[in-house]
Amino acid sequence: MMNPQSSTQSPTPPTPGSADEPERIRKVLVPPQDRPAPASALTACVAYGWRALLKIKHLPEQLIDVTIFPVMMTLMFTFIFGGAIGGSVDNYVQFLIPGIFVQTLIMITMYTGLTLNRDFSKGVFDRFRSLPVWRPAQLVGALLGDQIRYLLAGTIILTVGFFLGFRPEGGITGVIAAFMLLLVFSFSLSWVWTAVSLAVRTEQAAMGVSMFVMMPLVFASNIFVDPSTMPTWLQRAVDVNPVSIVVTTIREMMAGTYSLSSLGLVALCCGVLIMIFGPVSMFMYNRKS
Amino acid sequence: MTTDIPAVQVQGLVKNFGETAAVDGVDLSIAQGGIYGVLGPNGAGKTTVMRMLATLLRPDAGEAKVLGHDVYTEPQTIREKIALTGQFASLDEDLTGVENLILLGRLLGYKHRAARKRGMDLLEAFGLTKAANRPVKKYSGGMRRRLDIAGSLIVTPQLMFLDEPTTGIDPRSRNQVWDIIRTLVDGGTTILLTTQYLEEADQLADRIAVIDHGKVVAEGTPGQLKAEVGAGALRVRVHNVSERDTAVELLRRDGTTVTPEADPAALTVQVQHSADVTHTLKILAQASLEVVSFSYGQPSLDEVFLTLTGTASAPHSDSTPEVGAP
Repeated sequence: MMNPQSSTQSPTPPTPGSADEPERIRKVLVPPQDRPAPASALTACVAYGWRALLKIKHLPEQLIDVTIFPVMMTLMFTFIFGGAIGGSVDNYVQFLIPGIFVQTLIMITMYTGLTLNRDFSKGVFDRFRSLPVWRPAQLVGALLGDQIRYLLAGTIILTVGFFLGFRPEGGITGVIAAFMLLLVFSFSLSWVWTAVSLAVRTEQAAMGVSMFVMMPLVFASNIFVDPSTMPTWLQRAVDVNPVSIVVTTIREMMAGTYSLSSLGLVALCCGVLIMIFGPVSMFMYNRKS
Repeated sequence: MTTDIPAVQVQGLVKNFGETAAVDGVDLSIAQGGIYGVLGPNGAGKTTVMRMLATLLRPDAGEAKVLGHDVYTEPQTIREKIALTGQFASLDEDLTGVENLILLGRLLGYKHRAARKRGMDLLEAFGLTKAANRPVKKYSGGMRRRLDIAGSLIVTPQLMFLDEPTTGIDPRSRNQVWDIIRTLVDGGTTILLTTQYLEEADQLADRIAVIDHGKVVAEGTPGQLKAEVGAGALRVRVHNVSERDTAVELLRRDGTTVTPEADPAALTVQVQHSADVTHTLKILAQASLEVVSFSYGQPSLDEVFLTLTGTASAPHSDSTPEVGAP
């Protein structure tokens, strides 16, 4: 055997129920004084994040919603509505890509809630909650692991956009800055779905509620069209829609302008989302049975 | 170890799910060391009691201390000293065996490399080395149970909760799990297990609490409980239907409790000891009554409940939720 680690093991691994099993189990127990202190809050978040990454590795098919779906959406909106809304496909691409970039990522945040909802109905949830670690870590870790999915989906959108002729004036710096801002917003928004997934019993219900909230947020915004053609009352709603605020800021950043007031508004939205839905989620997580 | 502090001290514990009282005033006192069995049918409230003690569920009323710590005010301290193996395997199905143990190891404070080493050592001790890199969803029921128990032993708990550890696994794996559980007690861990099977409680537990409709209906050593119920039942079928009444008559005269069954050739004899079985069969043989078949078994859980509560245990599995989760 090449591996030095495996040379310490017996040549044939023991089988379940063999005669020396009780002896082996007795030997493998750790005396109480040798046990390490439980993981810190940060370590626990990292460990749960690692679990989320393992899930992607073992179930790559779940990436379909962050790969194929965004490409499909971008192409459909560009070519079906592009001419009608923006006058020409080329014009519309410059307007649409930052919007659909935001739309795709915030749609994906919903899946975080759905995954958690599935988690909560399984036996492993009880195990996690019986461990002596900071309880929000399971949620925070899952959300952090999902950043990889957001990163992947965002990169795909921007690449497709580039091929469709999207050339932001802010250059690569603007795009990266906008991307980072969107990741922060996505993280903040996912706490809403975490709360939803804890509040309802089934995955289907979580999906239903999430869509019900998501659809107006996405469509009553400036993602697809300039709101100036909408009725005044709707324009007011669009103006205060956090999604519009984010889209405006992302467009500015990609265009190379950085406005402190826009950034401040986005930061405010993120803060409010986390401050409301973070504690609500934790309250429900602790009471979930 | 401070063994004078009880592992579990519970008084008037109550948990309601909507209108239903899942746990309706349970009192328990469990000393440290050994195995304590909580026996009851589906929906009796066993799992709910366990979940409250494992700090997963907040009681609606009552006092509960685990290893001297209050479940309401010191749940985090309790969590440092317990381990839980749930009714449905408490594992991540999508991850491999070793990944599950690494994750738990890291959460319990090992660095990644040390957690892997610890995981591989445990897998070897539990005979799962070959399955280390296989996703848990491809494990058999017995293997899952083993991995689940291994996951509870990354650090040695003072108190281990085992919720129906052998439900749904084959008899051979069941015997192996029993051996494992006995081994853990030698290591100084107190075990609280729930079970639906009298045989399991009898095999493993030093003391048993019988729970029904959210209440403790009996408590004691297996010997004490069995003395209340009777050791077992001998079921006999005679060759000739017309001879059954003669057999019943003969045995009643001998002083045993005999019940004729719906099957016109069969009867059931309550026996206290296995020696009574031979005695009963001898009486029938001496009277030249031909016996076609006979079987001897422990009293079923239904019989235990019939004796302890005076009501059959069957019909409440649909009216009372066993666990809080849907």
